[in-house]
Amino acid sequence: MFGLGILSGLLIVPLCGAAFILTLGEESEASKRNARWAALATTLATFLLSLVAWGRYDATTASFQLVESHAWLSETTRFKLGVDGFSMPLILLTTFLMPFCIGASWLSVDKRVKEYYVAFLVLETTMIGVFQALDLVLFYLFFEAGLIPMFLIIGIWGGKRRIYASFKFFLYTLLGSVLMLLAIMAMYWHAGTTDIPTLLHTRFPVEMQTWLWLAFFASFAVKMPMWPVHTWLPDAHVEAPTAGSVILAGILLKMGGYGFIRISLPMFPDASHSFAPMVFALSVIAIIFTSLIALMQTDIKKLIAYSSVAHMGFVTLGLFTLNEQGIQGALFLMISHGIVSGALFLCVGVVYDRMHTREIAAYGGLVKRMPLYAAAMMVFTMANVGLPGTSGFVGEFLAMMGAFRANPTVAFFSVFGIILSAGYALWLYARVIYGKLEKPSLQGILDLDLREKIIIAPLVALTIYYGVHPAPVLDTFAPSTEALMQSMRTALSNTQTAAATLPPVSR
Amino acid sequence: MNAAQIVLPALGPALPELILSVGVLVLILYGAFRGERSAEGVNVGALILLVVALFAVMSQSGARITTLNGSFIVDNFSKVMKALILIGSAATILLSRDYFQRARIDRFEFPILLVLCTIGMMVMASANDLISLYLGLELQSLAAYVIAAFHRDDLKSTEAGLKYFVLGALSSGMLLYGASLVYGFTGTVSFPGIVAALDGTAGFGIVLGIVFVAAGVAFKLAAVPFHMWTPDVYEGSPTPVTAFFASAPKMAAMAMTVRLFIGAFPDVTAIWQQIIVFVAIASMALGSFAAIGQRSIKRLMAYSSIGNVGYALVGLAAGSQEGIRGVVVYMIIYLAMTLGAFAVLLSLRRGGQMFETVDDLSGLSRTHPVLAFCLAAMMFSLAGIPPLAGFFAKYYVFAAAIKADLVALAVIGVVTSVVGAFYYLRLVKVMYFDEPVAAYEPMAPGLRIVLGLASVVVVLFWIVPAPLVGAAGAAAKSLF
Repeated sequence: MFGLGILSGLLIVPLCGAAFILTLGEESEASKRNARWAALATTLATFLLSLVAWGRYDATTASFQLVESHAWLSETTRFKLGVDGFSMPLILLTTFLMPFCIGASWLSVDKRVKEYYVAFLVLETTMIGVFQALDLVLFYLFFEAGLIPMFLIIGIWGGKRRIYASFKFFLYTLLGSVLMLLAIMAMYWHAGTTDIPTLLHTRFPVEMQTWLWLAFFASFAVKMPMWPVHTWLPDAHVEAPTAGSVILAGILLKMGGYGFIRISLPMFPDASHSFAPMVFALSVIAIIFTSLIALMQTDIKKLIAYSSVAHMGFVTLGLFTLNEQGIQGALFLMISHGIVSGALFLCVGVVYDRMHTREIAAYGGLVKRMPLYAAAMMVFTMANVGLPGTSGFVGEFLAMMGAFRANPTVAFFSVFGIILSAGYALWLYARVIYGKLEKPSLQGILDLDLREKIIIAPLVALTIYYGVHPAPVLDTFAPSTEALMQSMRTALSNTQTAAATLPPVSR
Repeated sequence: MNAAQIVLPALGPALPELILSVGVLVLILYGAFRGERSAEGVNVGALILLVVALFAVMSQSGARITTLNGSFIVDNFSKVMKALILIGSAATILLSRDYFQRARIDRFEFPILLVLCTIGMMVMASANDLISLYLGLELQSLAAYVIAAFHRDDLKSTEAGLKYFVLGALSSGMLLYGASLVYGFTGTVSFPGIVAALDGTAGFGIVLGIVFVAAGVAFKLAAVPFHMWTPDVYEGSPTPVTAFFASAPKMAAMAMTVRLFIGAFPDVTAIWQQIIVFVAIASMALGSFAAIGQRSIKRLMAYSSIGNVGYALVGLAAGSQEGIRGVVVYMIIYLAMTLGAFAVLLSLRRGGQMFETVDDLSGLSRTHPVLAFCLAAMMFSLAGIPPLAGFFAKYYVFAAAIKADLVALAVIGVVTSVVGAFYYLRLVKVMYFDEPVAAYEPMAPGLRIVLGLASVVVVLFWIVPAPLVGAAGAAAKSLF
């Protein structure tokens, strides 16, 4: 249509929905209702469109598919879109989570409803854009553009310290990203293009790789977030409205991981190899240190936020093991964490909507009044812990298996993360769900209503389904992972010093 | 001496300037005969003149032509910069109507001075020797001093005019002194002549001359360390005049700077590059940090303009074709952002009073959603956040700096842009997060037009960037 393909469609549909909502009238009950339904319809349409794209996608090859290229800044910097095994699952995750976010905000957002949904739909476009972009400048454009709607979402609909949190979120991530922009420019002058498929086959000098890697690392580490630049995340999570937290944990954090796998690893293999020990160290610190911090939290959302940082530690750990198991595990963990942490924040939102507090101490004994809620929460808590049979297990297990092959010491320490995560997650569950239902304010609390059931049921199903049958996701990643490993091995064997420490070719 | 031997130089290339010059004389006569009541007519006449001149500029071929004994040059660069200058001046007339009528200073002199100023600026953009450069600069400056003090019963406005004049005269003196040094050591005032005379080397006298010239130029650009006049003049002048100072004269000053350094000193880059790098860093840093504490939007925009000049100079510091392309792209986008921001500022009127502080924007998103959206777009764009146009402006200048191996300059630049983002975000915060104050009166039609066009450029630039970037590329190419 109009020379645009299905991937452009995924960018345009949410924007059209946003434009439509903008035309709705004043803040009346009717226009609020219309805005909600229009947003839901738009996100569902986007999800369906992404399923169509998935239908046309061939999961057996590592090459970029559904590629579109339109004239843009110049001949060498084009508006180029495409998907491969790394990006397709993340796009599906994005479009899948969006309707839940809209649903979760149905009643809790009651002021400036129109703007709220417009911000969310614009945010969806930018997130999908990040995963589709096949040009570095375009990638940067979407990567940064997402800050604007997220800034507004936290700042307008957030909690008490929303202004502090929104500024911190914005400036922190911006500072990380601007260095990446300079690195993109340096790559452009070296390679003569910002086309990602071309750059994947460009060999940068080792010295240059080091600087480029560090510049990209500054951006992705903040976005991930890795210890010690994670401090914006707890603030942003706590203050953001429920749906904002879901998107933040579910999708925005994945951009960092996606950046590593799309850019850092394949384009700077030598630098990635030599910096891997540093990343291991930071990851292990993140896993243990933030898990300990999570134990001490009194705010439910903050606890889940710190647990996100710890889980992202497993992702970076897995990615930089530079072997198949580690990378596959990290990618799977990204998808699984997207679903599970998103679901956990939705669960927090359920009780927050009723009680308007996130203090753990304000709850207790919810199982008596909310059995369904308790059951759903249990599934997600178990997945967060990494219990076998849930999706959380598969990713963490593979990532640690990869880590064991790459560096047994690192693997040894990272196991403590699993123990600690069981500690904080189960303790949280016990304090909120079990115990006596003593607090008078909780006596009249109601179990999940129909809307909440519809939101939570699919997430429970997926968490368990991917726990016992992870193959569909892993198989999608596999060809791209294999191609990545192939190119990294060739690159590293060219640089003599690194060749000695290469992991053996295995299968 | 036979009269037939005196050949009139070809005036065709200067057609837009001639249109304005002749037209402005007619307008003066009309104004003088009709008296005070002629303001409306003179304004419309001036607007038509500027638009006609704009068409005349656009219809030029863009090929490199010199005339008037080589002192006046027309090429793609002058074409683009003149178009920007004319757009800035025309937008000023649109922005000023409502304001001057309500302030009861609606006199016919304003559009006339504005057109005279515009002629000076256009000569600056086309100057190909030191004399014509100075002539254009002085015509522009003299008219600007007067319109800064246009609100002549207002103490602040007259103070602004006087301050601008005293410091401006000083800087003109410095520029002239530098120019005389350059003339003394090269024996010529023409830019190509200077290039030939220097032959890639520069003695101490030339270095001294370049330093003085750079100081004069930095004043006109409002670049650190010659920026001190800017906040006071911006705050004291009537707001439409501030909008004008922040837009068209910046284009002219930047055009003049580029002409001078790339036209006259292209082979001694090493000497002036360090000056420009220093000025750029100092401007970016001061523009970012000093704006944080400002409560008045006009002062804030003054510091913002200082910072923006610093970013544009990053492109010049690169000294390459890519760098100049970056400068031109930057100026195009800066023009749109500035005019848009001032159009919003000029709409903050309630009960016959103008509001000018940051707090007056409180909750604007609820009382005037469209206005708030446009200003937020301008602010995010000024902060350099994609996909808004301001990002591309910064992208091109920093890309040129990276290519020229000015990595430190680029890193400092992007870090200061994050600092700057803080105060731009603060405006967004006040508009979107804070509780609303009472609503303002509806916008005047002129403001709507300017704001609408500026917003379209800023918000939609990323979808079709090619035409503007292409024009900037052609402009840069014509200098090398």
